[in-house]
Amino acid sequence: MFSFESVKEQFPEFTYEAVDVNGTPGALVSNDDVLRVANFLKESGFLQLMDAFGIDRNQKKGRFEITYNLRNHKTNERIFLKVRCDEKYPHVPSLTSIWTGANWNEREAFDMYGVIFDGHPDLRRMYMPDEFEFYPLRKDFPLMGIPGSIPLPHSEDADRRFKIPDRGE
Amino acid sequence: MGLNDAIQSEGFVTSKLDDIVNWARKNALWPMPLGISCCAIEMMHFAGPRYDVSRFGSEVFRFSPRQSDLLIVAGTVTYKMAKVVRKIYDQMPDPKWVIAMGVCTSSGGIYRTYSVVQGINQFLPVDVYIAGCPPRPDSVLKALMMIQDEVAHDRPFARGTIISGEPPQDLIQIPIQVIPEPNVPGKIVRV
Repeated sequence: MFSFESVKEQFPEFTYEAVDVNGTPGALVSNDDVLRVANFLKESGFLQLMDAFGIDRNQKKGRFEITYNLRNHKTNERIFLKVRCDEKYPHVPSLTSIWTGANWNEREAFDMYGVIFDGHPDLRRMYMPDEFEFYPLRKDFPLMGIPGSIPLPHSEDADRRFKIPDRGE
Repeated sequence: MGLNDAIQSEGFVTSKLDDIVNWARKNALWPMPLGISCCAIEMMHFAGPRYDVSRFGSEVFRFSPRQSDLLIVAGTVTYKMAKVVRKIYDQMPDPKWVIAMGVCTSSGGIYRTYSVVQGINQFLPVDVYIAGCPPRPDSVLKALMMIQDEVAHDRPFARGTIISGEPPQDLIQIPIQVIPEPNVPGKIVRV
């Protein structure tokens, strides 16, 4: 059974906050520790990065949280690794050097939340056009988007009879 | 043919030529299938053996806009894809018609969100909208028949050219004769 205490044996000054996500153990680590901890986790068998995603916690301290879901294919164990960052300084170290599969997932988190991954080889937007100025999955982004943020071609051909009024959300 | 058309036409020969050209066009509408998403599957069925569209004249689905005259937009159009759809539409030669297939192209469908265009009529002139998610292939056949009716009412020779798609508004002039009523007491009986 894997436990985060084994990480503490390796790095004695390491502190973490235990997180239980529906029965799966996880740890919230600080930005300075995450690269070393991730490296150690990969060497102790967690070779598969199953998922990496962002969360907007909508709180003043540690607004954005990036979660990595790791799996050990030999013992079939899964753990979560979480990092947080503020809105004022949204920088998080990139784990692309450890798991290459984190590349596109971190690009998606950058596109949707604006979290900047330091050390990422190719940090650009994934789904929205490159000139898009906003981050859509933040809690303060309206559902219907900002009108005019993505230009429509030839809007003069619009059929004004059928314009659906926006609820202004 | 109504009274309006009889006044507008320049004569028997041009209206018969209009009819011939319209008959030829509507029975050979070659679609450009812009199959973006799930509606493309129903469009494939619409071209398949059961709901055969080649019996309506759309024998070939030309995947090149330069060789087609009917654009069927089948699938969700996002803002990023909108400029591609518009480019395809611009590359089609006149006369051209557009079918908006499915609810995603008609009004955004179930995607009421920042990335999906809420109706392709925001940047394309659309002739026929089909509801459905996806619409049954016979709905698409009905839409094709509605486009055929629209083609049949076109007046290519009356406009002076058989190439252009829009009638120039200044050519449609209906002479109006005003007969003043005589100021006569009593009822006026016209015989």
